[in-house]
Amino acid sequence: MNTFLVASDVRKTFVMHMRGGVELPVVANVSFSLEAGRCAVLGGPSGIGKSSILKMLYGNYGCDGGQILVSHRGRHVDIVSADPRKVLEIRRDTIGYVSQFLRAMPRVPALDVAAEPLMIRGVGRETAHAKAQSLFARLNLPERLWSLPPATFSGGEQQRVNIARGFITDHPVLLLDEPTASLDAANREVVTELITEKKAAGVALLGIFHDHDVRRAVADQIIDVSAFAAGKSAA
Amino acid sequence: MTALADMTDTGKLATYNFAYLDEQTKRMIRRAILKGIAIPGYQVPFASREMPMPYGWGTGGVQVTAAIIGPDDVLKVIDQGADDTTNAVSIRAFFAKTAGVETTTATAEASIIQTRHRIPEMPLTEGQVLVYQVPIPEPLRFLEPRETETRKMHALEEYGLMHVKLYEDIARNGHIATTYAYPVKVEGRYVMDPSPTPKFDNPKMHRSEALQLFGAGREKRIYAIPPHTEVVSLDFEDHPFEVQHFDQPCALCGGEQVYLDEVVLDDRGGRMFVCSDTDHCENRCAAGHRGELAGDDLFDGKDKGVETEAST
Amino acid sequence: MSTAELMETVQPGVDDQAEAALLKVEGLTRVYGDRIGCADVSFSVWPGEVLAIVGESGSGKTTLLNCISSRLTPTCGTVHYRSGDGVSSDIFKMSEANRRRLMRTDWGFVHQNPIDGLRMTVSAGANVGERLMAVGDRHYGNIRQTAIEWLGRVEIDADRIDDQPRAFSGGMRQRLQIARNLVTGPRLVFMDEPTGGLDVSVQARLLDLLRGLVSDLGLAVIVVTHDLAVARLLSDRMIVMKQGRVIEAGLTDRLLDDPRAPYTQLLVSSILQV
Repeated sequence: MNTFLVASDVRKTFVMHMRGGVELPVVANVSFSLEAGRCAVLGGPSGIGKSSILKMLYGNYGCDGGQILVSHRGRHVDIVSADPRKVLEIRRDTIGYVSQFLRAMPRVPALDVAAEPLMIRGVGRETAHAKAQSLFARLNLPERLWSLPPATFSGGEQQRVNIARGFITDHPVLLLDEPTASLDAANREVVTELITEKKAAGVALLGIFHDHDVRRAVADQIIDVSAFAAGKSAA
Repeated sequence: MTALADMTDTGKLATYNFAYLDEQTKRMIRRAILKGIAIPGYQVPFASREMPMPYGWGTGGVQVTAAIIGPDDVLKVIDQGADDTTNAVSIRAFFAKTAGVETTTATAEASIIQTRHRIPEMPLTEGQVLVYQVPIPEPLRFLEPRETETRKMHALEEYGLMHVKLYEDIARNGHIATTYAYPVKVEGRYVMDPSPTPKFDNPKMHRSEALQLFGAGREKRIYAIPPHTEVVSLDFEDHPFEVQHFDQPCALCGGEQVYLDEVVLDDRGGRMFVCSDTDHCENRCAAGHRGELAGDDLFDGKDKGVETEAST
Repeated sequence: MSTAELMETVQPGVDDQAEAALLKVEGLTRVYGDRIGCADVSFSVWPGEVLAIVGESGSGKTTLLNCISSRLTPTCGTVHYRSGDGVSSDIFKMSEANRRRLMRTDWGFVHQNPIDGLRMTVSAGANVGERLMAVGDRHYGNIRQTAIEWLGRVEIDADRIDDQPRAFSGGMRQRLQIARNLVTGPRLVFMDEPTGGLDVSVQARLLDLLRGLVSDLGLAVIVVTHDLAVARLLSDRMIVMKQGRVIEAGLTDRLLDDPRAPYTQLLVSSILQV
């Protein structure tokens, strides 16, 4: 079995300069690894730092210490110390991310939003659109919405566009931040299927799921984030 | 082009230096002219003097002529091709008075021809000098008002803007509608304004045997085209440079391939087209050429029905 | 594989790959008498990436942009540009002729106010065609055809080709200015508050258009803006400036979502939420 990502002793503290430099420890000693074909789930109460961990893995948040090694283009790269261009390259080719909310671009149709990650990697427009369309169809997104910009969509509709955008590529690592939060049971079921397919394809997944059914269906491993609670270890 | 003239014949001329300007000024202008000849098409700044005539009446041309004229020169002055218009007559009289030189209306006899708006039809020959009066010497001024910038553009041969002007012409009119002051490139280097001569005359500048000098008095610039210099009118591959064509020959001398002026004959629409170069026209008439209105004495007060003929 | 095994094949996080930077700015400083325009700024831009320079008015971002685009001579420091043939040279050691040629072929400059970047008294077509004529295109029909295509790409109707920009709205003028810059296929475009004086809806359209053009053409862009939303939408990386100095630099989304420097935190927390 192939290890795709190893986090060791990752640490994160927010320093709020606007409030006199008060320090807000988030997590410390975060250590785990992700393996190909398996889905790990971050567990623990809200506010414990689950989303922050995902964001650090994606390079969206900086880390104050530790190491996050990811297998990228046959070599192992440390995301914590990677320069911005390397992080962008890792995002393009290695780590995919489904955020909690879609950041809608003005005027860009849903189809282009979902197809973009493929087109950035050089896939032709038609192929990329075809793949986006089949994902939209599976996620039961009404066809009349496909050519409209998602800014005016409902939360659930936006989230399905977001999921299609995240699942369209074959990134070896996929991070999922509550992808099913605003979906109905039928669409949750579709997302579960999609995750299962990714696992079968050898993708290493890490997710946050508040929905117990989905979590039970996809989780191979639970990582208890309360063990990394910064208050404990930082002291 | 000698220095001081002999002024012993009449006492009244003694108040002027030969050809009006003082010798130091003439030397300054000659230096500018020599530099202009050395760098064909390049605008040489010079310290333009106040002349006893308003700007726009040929002060640049007059200073150039004054700087190069000598007692043995024969001067011809034309304005729009004619020897007998106010400007031409006055400038001729000016030099007759201040330099005592011989003047003529015959192109072939002149050693210096000062001109406004035309190049004579008869090809100029070696030894002749054509002096142009120039109102705005900078061809790029149309689109670039900053002198610092146009100088830089000349220095770096950045002439794309000239074609922007021609592009605008075609976009608006379907063809290059610039008919006078049509920009040329001199010896493959400097883009130059040929003064407001009709573009009909542009080909005459190319490899002319005569020396061509340009003087802009108000703008204080002198430039030159030495004899036998390449002068190419700018154009587009798909809109090549063309000169004007006239549907009919000169009404007086029957001349073709010449530049014609429209002359209104009466207030009922009667008009005729005649040579703009009066000397050329008179020579042809003298040689027996006849246009369709020639022989009719237009100025004897009798109406001979020219308007119906001319309007056909 | 264990962590220890992994470590043996670790590649350092810094980018040591072969691709050379398009523009390399080192120690750039510009002072106006006793006042600092920008001080000791260093960064690089690679082909195809968008770099945002953000900061409030007077932070030195426009001085910096003018220096790196050779419109202003720095007091000290160097700016190296790597041209299409792979040769990297200091733009302030180039001859003026070469530098000006660079500016109308390989580079573009989009001004905040389109009046500064357009010729207001010639038609839209001539505005777009000027760079083509400047590099020696002498076929009217081809120039016009190219102009029509570019007007289309910036969403200006072909039937406006003979109108002067004076008759255009602010948004159209800005789009025309962009077309005028992109017609020679530049590799690097400088933009100074490109959405500055525009209405919000017009701004959104322009941003979307720019995003599309940048990714279709693989342009490298250095965009100066005080608007963090513009920076987020357009840029990959970001530099935060204050009083002429770089306060923080890095990934755009990281700087906006996890700002470290006190000043960056202040900027981010000052964004109005709609």
